[in-house]
Amino acid sequence: MNDNEILFEYLLRLGDNCAILGQRLAEWCGKAPVLEEELALMNVGLDLVGQARLLLDYAGKVEGAGRDEDQLAFFRDTQEWRNFLLIEQPNGDFAKTMARQMIFDCFQYLQFEALTASKDKTLSEIAAKSLKEITYHRRHSSNWVIRLGDGTDESHAKMQAAIDELWGFIPEMFDMDAVEDAMVAAGIGTDVSVLRARWDDMINSILTEATLQRPEDTWSVRGSREGKHSEHLGFLLAEMQFLPRAYPDAKW
Amino acid sequence: MPENSTESELPLYEVFIRSKNGLHHKHAGSLHAPDAEMALTNARDVYTRRSEGVSIWVVKATDVVASSPEDKGNFYEPNDDKLYRHPTFYNIPDEVGHM
Repeated sequence: MNDNEILFEYLLRLGDNCAILGQRLAEWCGKAPVLEEELALMNVGLDLVGQARLLLDYAGKVEGAGRDEDQLAFFRDTQEWRNFLLIEQPNGDFAKTMARQMIFDCFQYLQFEALTASKDKTLSEIAAKSLKEITYHRRHSSNWVIRLGDGTDESHAKMQAAIDELWGFIPEMFDMDAVEDAMVAAGIGTDVSVLRARWDDMINSILTEATLQRPEDTWSVRGSREGKHSEHLGFLLAEMQFLPRAYPDAKW
Repeated sequence: MPENSTESELPLYEVFIRSKNGLHHKHAGSLHAPDAEMALTNARDVYTRRSEGVSIWVVKATDVVASSPEDKGNFYEPNDDKLYRHPTFYNIPDEVGHM
């Protein structure tokens, strides 16, 4: 891969997480447990879609093949997506949605905080803009994890089950590979493997306050870097991409 | 949480927002939240998503002490005929700004 191809791949990894999680949160529209939370979920989701737009728009320009943000979002198949497996996991109940969100918010906060120092000016500006949003997302999701964990017996059990169910998707987020290494060497990307210690501190303090048990690291799954996704992503893309594929260039 | 359905609803909070150019907090509405911290974040999402505010207060609705409608007569009506209490006879120069 040449430099541009590596940067393109790297931007897809960043942008695809935002796009898919934004879509997942949008699935709560009209179904959230209370009105207040409906608005919160949509706010967070739209923030993520906004971040995805900036990152995919930039990725399209770096690629130089004439693809814009919409073409990257709506005309790529499952194997071409680079979002973490964690991100595409179904919403489940509200506890699972919040557990997934908290796990990712803490990660994205650390990642984008580091990216504000990127030598790539466009990327550092996108990171700085997004970081304010992510700071709020993290507060919102960790608040819920703490309150449901340290809530009733039922909410505690549901939140613990959600954390347990998602725990094996975490190691993938901190993997380094040739693309990540090259981006770190170029001063553009950040070494996610060194973020793990701070992420652990954050998560441990949230889990402790929530009276939740940190699961044992007994299993893990990987594959998003090679486009090997869980079966859930295809269904998500089918819904998200239907309209632009059925009516290309539709305007509304 | 209590089994009783009305009691198991999340408590109600009254929300007060100070807008960018506003001088004081104004009542914006109310919302349900599990506690004060979540009421603040909910208020941010419900009432300030179009940049309406720079500061938020939330108060548990049960902590608001309100005058009752029956007090209307003895509370307010005696003031109606005391015009001299209103400083309406002065011209305020523009430079003074908000008063």
